[in-house]
Amino acid sequence: MRALRFLLRKEFLQIFRDPALVRMLFMIPVVQLLVLSNAATFEVKRARMYVVDHDASTMSRGVVDRLAASGRFVRGGGSGSVALGDDALMRRDVEMVLTIPPGFERDIVRYRHTAVQLLLNAEDGAAAAVTQAYAREILARYATELGTELFPATALAGARAERPPVRGQPAVQVRTRGWYNAELDYRHYMVPGILVQLLTIVGTLLTAMNIVREKEAGTLDQLNVTPVTRSVFIAAKLIPLWIISMVVLSIGLVVAKVAFGVPMIGSLFLVFGGAALYLVAALGIGLWVSAVTETQQQAMFVNFSILMVYLLMSGLFTPVSSMPEWAQWVARFNPMMHFISLMRAVMLKGAGFADVARQLAVLATAGAVVLTIAVRQYHKRSA
Amino acid sequence: MTLAIEVRDLTRRFGSFTAVDSISVDVAVGEVFGFLGANGAGKTTAIKVLIGLLAPSSGSARVAGFDVLTQSEEVRKRIGYMSQRFSLYDDLTPRENITLYGGIYGLADAEIRARGDAMLNDLGIMHVADKLVSTLPLGWKQKLSFSVAMLHRPDVVFLDEPTGGVDPVTRRQFWEMIYAAAARGTTVFVTTHYMDEAEYCDRLSIMVDGRIAAMGTPAALKAEFGVSSIDEVFVRLARPATATAG
Repeated sequence: MRALRFLLRKEFLQIFRDPALVRMLFMIPVVQLLVLSNAATFEVKRARMYVVDHDASTMSRGVVDRLAASGRFVRGGGSGSVALGDDALMRRDVEMVLTIPPGFERDIVRYRHTAVQLLLNAEDGAAAAVTQAYAREILARYATELGTELFPATALAGARAERPPVRGQPAVQVRTRGWYNAELDYRHYMVPGILVQLLTIVGTLLTAMNIVREKEAGTLDQLNVTPVTRSVFIAAKLIPLWIISMVVLSIGLVVAKVAFGVPMIGSLFLVFGGAALYLVAALGIGLWVSAVTETQQQAMFVNFSILMVYLLMSGLFTPVSSMPEWAQWVARFNPMMHFISLMRAVMLKGAGFADVARQLAVLATAGAVVLTIAVRQYHKRSA
Repeated sequence: MTLAIEVRDLTRRFGSFTAVDSISVDVAVGEVFGFLGANGAGKTTAIKVLIGLLAPSSGSARVAGFDVLTQSEEVRKRIGYMSQRFSLYDDLTPRENITLYGGIYGLADAEIRARGDAMLNDLGIMHVADKLVSTLPLGWKQKLSFSVAMLHRPDVVFLDEPTGGVDPVTRRQFWEMIYAAAARGTTVFVTTHYMDEAEYCDRLSIMVDGRIAAMGTPAALKAEFGVSSIDEVFVRLARPATATAG
């Protein structure tokens, strides 16, 4: 134990003596959190629309005005030809083609219902879905305003080679209310996840490089001929970065609150408790990589491969529930997934200890397993 | 004669290559033992097995009274090691390096302080005690390495080419330090390429292609080969073909 104290002192001295490392540790996660949280959004602003207005009536102009006035859409051209609109969509000059049929105003007045057509470029499916949802909402509001039913028959242009645009009245009317309230929550939902990912990337990278750097420098041999035990050695490598990661997490949470207004409804204590367990597992994987590789290059490569699986199967970008069975099974072993779900549950929903007990148990187990492997895989004597 | 190092038929293979081929060596307590051999003869491999950094392929070795394979932690407490390559921390100061290793070997704070100060004074590097090691000249670094390896007063110290690349004056000082260590009862197991240094050893062995080709006191070896210096003994053994032709 006494040896641990001296080794910890040495690790801290080395970390804080490297200005580039300190900058990397504290600046990168915070700056990236600010940048990525703003970038990682599905929100659509100023989508360009091509207008084909066959009706040229007060009401049809009202449709165009309402869409433009929302700020979500800008006019990106217009003519009397749907084909020209198609071309514009094809050339990516516009994101949407709005076609208003002849007799639009007459139908509303006479039959109290009619249809408009939205053609969307669905190469980016998520963006198209959001664009469509905005347009639907705006049209629905205008319809209410007119005291009539006005609904769009939409066709996604990405698939139009196989399927011609569907026109006419949909069989079932779906009310999509609050669609972009979800968008408002989007950052609240993304920021905790992004924070965890950045913390993990920086933390595992530094732990993965740490032992192997000593191997390359030859200083590890000198340590290995001393009576330092393997667990003390691994603890000395883990604890400094664990403490630093906890500090970075705290800074990140402040940034999340101040810059993005992410709520902290549940107990901060639970978040830190989860983080304490999660970081043991996450940093332990880095140490494990470092213990079994021979050069920093190898360590970097192996670590990145693990990180990719880690990040993509964390449920942040794609929900775990929509993954195939086998992938869900793999994801269940991903400590990051459990920690992100814990963070969201506690921060956004105010989940209590009982609600996240399962995640805490998984994180504790993961930490114990990973650390055991790291200690056992680290050998003072090579075979 | 009590033995500090007892090596029996020690072999270490890397795949099909036999780096150390069934060597047997006895070193008495307090001896300065020179472990000579050409580059690639297997000296460093043999040392790494003795200090527990490499597992032996076969054979056995006891260091400071303990088996290196089964009681390696006991061995580690009782040995010091200075590797061929400088292996203290460059981004720490001499004093921080001393404190680290003192702490690892379980010395008390006061002891670390006292021994550290004495060491820095002896080495004449007290004025750079708080400068980063990376800024020190090689000779100073090597002396510091040796002193740190001796900090916990080990029973046996392994020095792998301690004087490689240092100037003649520093080499002489090094050997004074080695003798001082031996006088305090530490057994010294040292490799070198300088044949004049080999003459300073109590006994020495010469390794050729993983085997020990000759072993004895410098005087006995010179007599055995009928030559006037260890240099000539070495050349005969390391280059047998040339020696026979001449």
